[in-house]
Amino acid sequence: MTDLERRQDRSPVPSGWDYAPAPEARDIVTLQERYGLFIGGELVDPKSGEYFPTLDPSTEEPLAEVAQAGKEDVDLAVRAARDAFENGWSDVSPPERAKYLFRIARILQERSREFAVLESLNGGKPIKESRDVDVPLSAAHFFYYAGWADKLEYAFPNRRPKPVGVAGQIIPWNFPLLMLSWKIAPALAAGNTVVLKPAETTPLSALLFADVLRQAELPPGVVNIVTGDGRAGAELVKHEGVDKIAFTGSTEVGKAIQRELAGTGKKLTLELGGKAANIIFDDAALDQAVEGIVNGIYFNQGHVCCAGSRLLVQESIYEPVIEKLKQRLTTLRLGDPLDKNTDVGAINSREQLEKIKELVASGEAEGAEIYQPPCRLPEKGYWFVPTVFTNVAQSYRIAQEEIFGPVLSVLTFRTPDEAVEKANNTPYGLSAGVWTEKGSRILSMAQKLKAGVIWANTYNRFDPTSPFGGYKESGFGREGGLHGLEPYLDFDESDARGG
Amino acid sequence: MAKAPALPAGFELPLEPRLPRIGSVDEVAVEERAATLARRSIKREAKLFALDLAVRMMDLTTLEGQDTPGKIAALTSKAIRPDPSDATIPSVAAVCVYPNLVPTAVEKVKGSSVKVASVATAFPSGQSPTHIKVAEVRDVVEMGADEVDMVIDRGAFLSGRYAKVYDEICQVKEAAGEAHLKVILEVGELGTYDNVRRASLLAMAAGADFIKTSTGKLPQAATLPVTLVMLEAIRDVHQETGRKVGMKPAGGIRQAKQAVQYLVQLYETLGTEWLTPDLYRLGASTLLNDVLMQIRKEKTGRYQSPDYFTID
Amino acid sequence: MSRLPVKKTYKLFLGGEFPRSESGRTYEAQGQNVARASRKDVRDAVRAARGAVDKWSGMTAYNRGQVLYRIAEMMEARAEEFADLSSGRAEVEEAIDRWVWYAGWADKYTQVLGSSNPVAAPYFNFTVPEPTGVVGVLAPEQPALGGIVARLAPVIVGGNTAVVLASESEPLASIELAEAIATADVPGGVVNILTGHHSELAPWLAGHMDVNALDVGGADGELPELERLAAENVKRVVHGRTDRQSPYEIANFLELKTVWHPIGV
Repeated sequence: MTDLERRQDRSPVPSGWDYAPAPEARDIVTLQERYGLFIGGELVDPKSGEYFPTLDPSTEEPLAEVAQAGKEDVDLAVRAARDAFENGWSDVSPPERAKYLFRIARILQERSREFAVLESLNGGKPIKESRDVDVPLSAAHFFYYAGWADKLEYAFPNRRPKPVGVAGQIIPWNFPLLMLSWKIAPALAAGNTVVLKPAETTPLSALLFADVLRQAELPPGVVNIVTGDGRAGAELVKHEGVDKIAFTGSTEVGKAIQRELAGTGKKLTLELGGKAANIIFDDAALDQAVEGIVNGIYFNQGHVCCAGSRLLVQESIYEPVIEKLKQRLTTLRLGDPLDKNTDVGAINSREQLEKIKELVASGEAEGAEIYQPPCRLPEKGYWFVPTVFTNVAQSYRIAQEEIFGPVLSVLTFRTPDEAVEKANNTPYGLSAGVWTEKGSRILSMAQKLKAGVIWANTYNRFDPTSPFGGYKESGFGREGGLHGLEPYLDFDESDARGG
Repeated sequence: MAKAPALPAGFELPLEPRLPRIGSVDEVAVEERAATLARRSIKREAKLFALDLAVRMMDLTTLEGQDTPGKIAALTSKAIRPDPSDATIPSVAAVCVYPNLVPTAVEKVKGSSVKVASVATAFPSGQSPTHIKVAEVRDVVEMGADEVDMVIDRGAFLSGRYAKVYDEICQVKEAAGEAHLKVILEVGELGTYDNVRRASLLAMAAGADFIKTSTGKLPQAATLPVTLVMLEAIRDVHQETGRKVGMKPAGGIRQAKQAVQYLVQLYETLGTEWLTPDLYRLGASTLLNDVLMQIRKEKTGRYQSPDYFTID
Repeated sequence: MSRLPVKKTYKLFLGGEFPRSESGRTYEAQGQNVARASRKDVRDAVRAARGAVDKWSGMTAYNRGQVLYRIAEMMEARAEEFADLSSGRAEVEEAIDRWVWYAGWADKYTQVLGSSNPVAAPYFNFTVPEPTGVVGVLAPEQPALGGIVARLAPVIVGGNTAVVLASESEPLASIELAEAIATADVPGGVVNILTGHHSELAPWLAGHMDVNALDVGGADGELPELERLAAENVKRVVHGRTDRQSPYEIANFLELKTVWHPIGV
């Protein structure tokens, strides 16, 4: 321990050079005081009459009021979607459908700065992430799926694909616009219409997206957006007029939805939580692997279902890895999400912050060793310092439960087999990371890890062409790629796969 | 095979357990990390701090067959007083010249803080017998050079004769005496980041005071990713042995914006301790005026024209 | 008093620029003087096309798709001019939509044409399609616009570069297309369009040792001779169709590469 302490003293603490604030201009976004629901191509007042504020989590400042969709509102939205599906959208030829989606993609590209700022403002994530990852990927998803709209017979030869009808889609708060595009793009490309329920705390980019639809001249009712808390989502799931439900969120709610839909014959896809193992072997390219660990758990404040929240380090390389990791943590910049130099933004809500604190406390109570770099937290807003736990046992809650925050749990292993065993020892199975310079080992690990996405010598890479989804309790169904179309289609011949 | 001479003080044998593992570098990841760091937004006071530091860290360079004492006189004048109209602009760290021009340079910088660095060891190719190279080093030191910038034998390195490369650096280090030694890896010829890391560790083990990217004579010179790889190797050596080795990217740095990016990378990899000309230099010639223009822009709020800055 | 229009000069499209033929010759078509390319122009075009292969095939598929979509955007803006130079609005709209159709394949054909192969040994084995390189295209005489678009789009979406011999009798639409391409962020050299006499130029293109594939869909009469010339460097000879669009039109210009790697600790 003394050796490590000695080294820690030599770890550089960035105090000699203060980067000046570099805020992205906020005035590119024009916020309304109050937003209605987007139904049948228009913003309408909620029949429920209920509104609630949506905040900037970095300051707790209210940004606007949004509507709480009630049972009647959801019903109107589903009817509008059904009407659009039967009278119009189904008659739009596939090449023309494609062109609407291409338009949406291009408009998102043109308005990218506006969306990036709004996303950071409403969600708390650093502007450099919304600008460089969320918004470009969202546009890319629309561009990719636009191209499939008139090519479905090549994706599913001999299966005579047809749209399912009306899709109800419920998305989370961690990547609001990106999750919207993961849902809407394939659904529309396949010829369906949609009712989307954005997350309670992050409705604004979806509401701005409604304006993109206006500019793209998308026929009314093809996409409907109903904001609100969990009650609105529950109404959507229960509605008989919906042919298919797509849900991304916690495993707990996913199970509830699956129970609710039992026996109804409705199609379902679920993209749920994870507790991914990020596995570092002793022959990994070390500095890049450490960067990958940091990206794996601190990107988007750890609010990522596929976050590399469990670090499995080969024991022979433990000390250098931990040393480099701790040193790297001291150069993470936490602060104003709109500052271009911010690496770690705000926690999305008070509720999530409490959850993180509770689990971190359990980690300390169960006996793990905590490390947090020196960090000044702003007075207002929801913040949590990037944290590393070492001396973690497989059974600790921080090694089993999804924290969904910037908290890494470190465990060790000796052999590849042991790594596989520990990595798979979880009810989750969304993703995993493998760091080694040996190609055959990458492929062997990829073969044995029970996860839907495996990143080798990288982490948190997404692309519209690349299917994403989980094994086991991380959900079923895939988003992205050719495979991402399947949940939104019915086929003339019988399809043995459930869901 | 050459026999390695006794190691300089501070290194105990066996080297192996005290040296960081050589390991590999992932190309995609390191380029991405360098690109992310390059997107830091440095404004106002923070930018002025960096620009001032960039001037103080500069090795103002002229390495041409056509260099004359007259050229050196102009260079040193600029090095000592980069901007005659602004007394707050500091002198640069050093001038970097060919051996024949060392006496003139030494004379012209007398009384100032500017050092004289000389290239040596059959610069830029390094393709001469060792004894010639070592003799050249002795000569330039005798003529008064404060610093020696040597090149490694890339031919030996790329054909796997690492001991020869190591041995040569050791001999040059000895010949350099009190002068501090920069070892140029010529990254443009090494081919992979793995090789850059290997060469960096080798040079540091052999006693380099600084490692330097390039001769500036090839189109492929310093880049942000390659410099990052070298900084990470320096960090590992510091971690394992406590020794601080300096870094000098050279060639291809023409704009102030790039200089700031190099300094950000330095700061976030090695911290405050390395933010000094004793441990970091920028090898450049046209960069200086661009930095001066940026400094004046920050101070006056106006974009500048090259007409207002002297060439020499 | 009526205004005298400033008439366009119709030149070649080569390396992203519009040079005259190095021979200085022209011929008359559709009431205009049109550049009459020589064998040296063919030589220069192939050189430009070869020089552009690395950059074009090195772009991401997403990027290439966006570039092709932008060609459609640029054509849409010139729809009126195109209508005047072809059989009319219907042909123009079909041509624009064809660019959009092929643009959408850029990041998808790999998923349809490639595969991972379950070999009976502990190896990971996958097959990926790659562009063949420089493709010579003999555009059909008709339709003036629809023909060249139907053949050019599947060639370049796959990462290939092209040297096209435009319709000899109706070349103006091809040069108008070149102008749309030149403003669509297409890197110089990816598309090269030569106007002139097919009988003079086609043999040079067919026999060129640095051309990897030849689309003879627009050839007539001289076909056996062209195929014989193509054999000298084993060119892939494709009989391109203009009456259909398909990912297999793209596949005609792709090579398949299969890679093996052991799976083990």
